[in-house]
Amino acid sequence: MRGLADIYAQQFKVTIASFLQYRAALVIWLIGHVLEPLIYLVVWTTVSRSTEGSVGGFTAGDFAAYFIVLMVVNHMTYTWIMYEYEYRVRQGTLSPDLLRPVHPIHSDIADNITSKLITLPGMLAIAVILGFIFRPAFHPVPWALAAFVPVVLLAFLVRFFVEWTLALAAFWTTRVSALNQMYFMAMLFFSGQIAPLELLPHPVRVIAFVLPFRWTVGFPTELLLGRLTPVQVLTGIGMQAAWLMAGLVLMRLVWRAGLKVYTAVGA
Amino acid sequence: MRVLRLLFVFWRIGILGELSYRSNFFFHLFESVLELGTALAGLAVVFSYTSTLAGWRADEIVALVGIYFLVSGAIRLVIQPSMESLIEAVHEGTLDFTLTKPEDAQLLVSIQRVEIWSITDIALGAGVLAVALVRLGASVGILEAASFAAALVAGGVIVYSFWLMLATLAFWFVRVENMLQIFSSMYEAGRWPVSFYPRWLRFMLTFLIPVAFATTVPAQALAGRLTWQTLAGAFLLAAALLVMSRVFWRIGVRRYSSASS
Repeated sequence: MRGLADIYAQQFKVTIASFLQYRAALVIWLIGHVLEPLIYLVVWTTVSRSTEGSVGGFTAGDFAAYFIVLMVVNHMTYTWIMYEYEYRVRQGTLSPDLLRPVHPIHSDIADNITSKLITLPGMLAIAVILGFIFRPAFHPVPWALAAFVPVVLLAFLVRFFVEWTLALAAFWTTRVSALNQMYFMAMLFFSGQIAPLELLPHPVRVIAFVLPFRWTVGFPTELLLGRLTPVQVLTGIGMQAAWLMAGLVLMRLVWRAGLKVYTAVGA
Repeated sequence: MRVLRLLFVFWRIGILGELSYRSNFFFHLFESVLELGTALAGLAVVFSYTSTLAGWRADEIVALVGIYFLVSGAIRLVIQPSMESLIEAVHEGTLDFTLTKPEDAQLLVSIQRVEIWSITDIALGAGVLAVALVRLGASVGILEAASFAAALVAGGVIVYSFWLMLATLAFWFVRVENMLQIFSSMYEAGRWPVSFYPRWLRFMLTFLIPVAFATTVPAQALAGRLTWQTLAGAFLLAAALLVMSRVFWRIGVRRYSSASS
């Protein structure tokens, strides 16, 4: 355990150093994370204005609150591993990682958390500015605020294991971009990024309940906004736990199978 | 004529280079279809709650999506790859080979690389646009079609000049790719009419990152809502940017010292 803590601490330092080196990349990354929710926020606000104030129970203020919180939650649980693995496998940079005595997922987790710690203040500042511009109707409920902490942590872990497992597809094909795009399209609809899930057709909501997407982004968002009953929250946490277990098991299986076919093409 | 012949030559090189990787075509097509499907499904969700959006009918926004794909396809086909090659050539000092050719260097660098499979975006965009036009039917007359074509040309010139100016910055700065990337990601916002956005963002999307002229304005022309003042403004801006980018390019080339040698 102590060894693992040391590894994480070391990775923190490495990530911070590399971030100081690539500041512009940080800005690009932030713009991408702000722009998409901002576009849908603007679109749905326009819809609510065209329909005399309310869309399926959402006012312009509700939309503003929803998309601003969604932006922050998505940022907290986001991973970029699916873009990175193809490069690692194709260029063979994975090989030295395999020689280390710890599972490579640890350095990825530490790297991700460090990046979030660096970027989160910027993200929160943007959220506050957007709050002044769009006047969100934000009425937090104390118990929901408390429940948000474990829920968003679970959401992060679920998303991390699911996306890390999918990223391993790079072991079998170097053309993962088509697969990634399919994943992100599903994410857009089933996680609630394009619209609050309540506004989507019934079949979409049923599928969203089963798939992991909603539990990584939409669920923590709805919780923080106080749109969920305690029973719904417990059900959601149950689904998160189920997906976390599934993700862990799948990750181990796929990792083992993937290593067998890995030939370090670039090395 | 010379321009067309040159474009054709680079086009051929692009095709020949890619013909060895034919399956790429299907992957590209698949990704384009997915992207388009996402955009249209999003529209379907929005328009299940309202019939017009700030004065725009559903089919008009579908036309806008078609235009967006058309223009972004054109950017990805030749503008973006060529500008990226230009930046690389400035860094590596290989721009010498282009400058010594007996043809206008700006023209050569602007068409030097063609990513042929982006043609799928253009084809799909044109298809969507055609479907939207059929559904809009009688409301699109000769006048609308003509002003649409004019607006699209002006928008294309604005986008090209803007990219060229950004890439020309490579003569002074090292990490220009980042700026190109910021532009590409902001371009996403052009999928919707810029009139939806708050004023500060609309201003940015019109003048700082001129997305509005390439997508919203041509779509407005089709919907018959384009005033002649806007169209004239688009042409003025296009002409100004074209001259400015030319001047800027000249200054940049004069600064170029073939860093590698």
